[in-house]
Amino acid sequence: MRLPYPALLAALGLAGALLFLASLLVGPAAIGLSDSLAALIHGQGEAVTLVMREVRLPRAILGAAIGAALGLSGALLQGLLRNPLAEPGLIGTSSSAALGAVLAIQTGVSAAFALALPLAALAGALASVAVLLLLSGPRGSTLTLILAGIGISSLATATTALILNLSPNPFAANEIIFWMMGSLADRSMLHVQLALPFLGLGALLAIPAARSLDALTLGEDAAASIGVNLRRLRLLTVLAAALMVGAATAVAGAVGFVGLVVPHLLRRACDARPSRLLAASALGGAAVVLAADVAVRLIAPDRDLKLGVLTALVGAPFFLHLILRTRQEGL
Amino acid sequence: MRLVLDHLTVRRGPCPVLHDISLTLAEGEFVGLLGPNGAGKTTLLRAALGLLPAGGHSSIAALPPAARARAAAFLPQGREIAWPMPVETLVALGRPGRRPEDTAAVARAIDRLGLAPLRPRRATELSGGEQARVLLARALAQEAPLLLADEPTAGLDPEQQLAVMTLFAGLAAEGGTVLASLHDLGLAARHCTRLIVLDTGRIVADGAPRAVLTEALLAGTFGIRAHLSEGPEGLIFQPLGRVAR
Repeated sequence: MRLPYPALLAALGLAGALLFLASLLVGPAAIGLSDSLAALIHGQGEAVTLVMREVRLPRAILGAAIGAALGLSGALLQGLLRNPLAEPGLIGTSSSAALGAVLAIQTGVSAAFALALPLAALAGALASVAVLLLLSGPRGSTLTLILAGIGISSLATATTALILNLSPNPFAANEIIFWMMGSLADRSMLHVQLALPFLGLGALLAIPAARSLDALTLGEDAAASIGVNLRRLRLLTVLAAALMVGAATAVAGAVGFVGLVVPHLLRRACDARPSRLLAASALGGAAVVLAADVAVRLIAPDRDLKLGVLTALVGAPFFLHLILRTRQEGL
Repeated sequence: MRLVLDHLTVRRGPCPVLHDISLTLAEGEFVGLLGPNGAGKTTLLRAALGLLPAGGHSSIAALPPAARARAAAFLPQGREIAWPMPVETLVALGRPGRRPEDTAAVARAIDRLGLAPLRPRRATELSGGEQARVLLARALAQEAPLLLADEPTAGLDPEQQLAVMTLFAGLAAEGGTVLASLHDLGLAARHCTRLIVLDTGRIVADGAPRAVLTEALLAGTFGIRAHLSEGPEGLIFQPLGRVAR
């Protein structure tokens, strides 16, 4: 069975919308369906309105936006590198964002004001993009880009480990470890306001890259001969992915496997066209993260199961299954 | 459309890999670019297309990217197909527009290479020879007046090799200009209208096949001796053995 592309997008969008609704309706405060929606829209009843507007709505928005950003970044990087194993963490942005956050927690800056932690993470992410572009240079090949990304990622991970290693404060170390697991719990509208501009800008940058990624299927020389500006394409793709992954990690910590698995899963349904895979992976990523975030609340309502733990726990075996299938059928 | 290269020079580090190449290819020419491995054939094609930094001037590389894509199609040596796209989608990458003339160009390219039965198949699941035809169709779909092909017959069976050479000769006969790097001197001698021989980055011979493939050139540049004769279907080239250079 094969869905036409618009139907595929509509189905993914519908799944995302239903899961968004589910995300609004699931939580420790037992509120009925009609009550919760009425409170969200009309603002009747003080406590319920507060729960809906300040707790569940930002959580659902962030779930959709971060999922979309991770799916889209994964599809972008797989397209640019012509490799189904590329994932958003490859260019080092997520580990650098984590390093920024860890520094903020360790130094106590994170407690200074509400957005100190995500801002520090964002600063880490942006610094890593600057270093990446500096290292790979304007004429840098795709290989230099990957190698620079791996280098930055390793350095950021090592520094994070060093901080944990030497941390004199067990509470800070504990907080760091939990933060790195990735979660959407207790996020506010401030987090939404901080992340959305970067996520939106990243998504906008992805649009002009779409067609060029299709041509890149034929390799860099053939793509350039059909009029693709490779330097511009690399810059657009890397900036877009870095902005989205940086902002996503800044507000939610590390949510793994979404950017790797979602494009892989949807590739054939998109006729393996990188341009079509972008929108599909964004919608698919949103649906997957929303579903995972509903699941963590249903599986362990009072244990604060971390989102990133669940996505990795489900994503990794699923990925192994995909590899087995790839071995049998080709990509 | 003519292709004019004027003092084209490419350096890799301090050493030049392409020395001062000047040549003009006219409409209707099917030019075989010959030379031993490492002579600079691929470098010449890429520099002519503006795919690598070069000194001197190339009439194609000087064009803005979109105009360049309309003027020249390129079939690279590495036959890369990164994703399992359907054949028709892959061919259409050479002609991504949605106007009726774009779809018609894609259909003509598919027909010309006899790919109609493979149209819905995934390109990555085809045999090497079929993939080569798909990629050639992709380049033809551009319907550019110039076609530059890097070893288009490498790895093909004899029938496919002949099919490619006949196709290129046909394109030239229709007024196109074809420049193809080739290792098979027999195919080049019989099908090309002109041969250009490169050796260590310089042009050592340029002209009609009979004039270019001399005993001295074959021995000096290729290190072989061969028998050449005029057959009913054109020049026949038969390599006989190696000679000490």
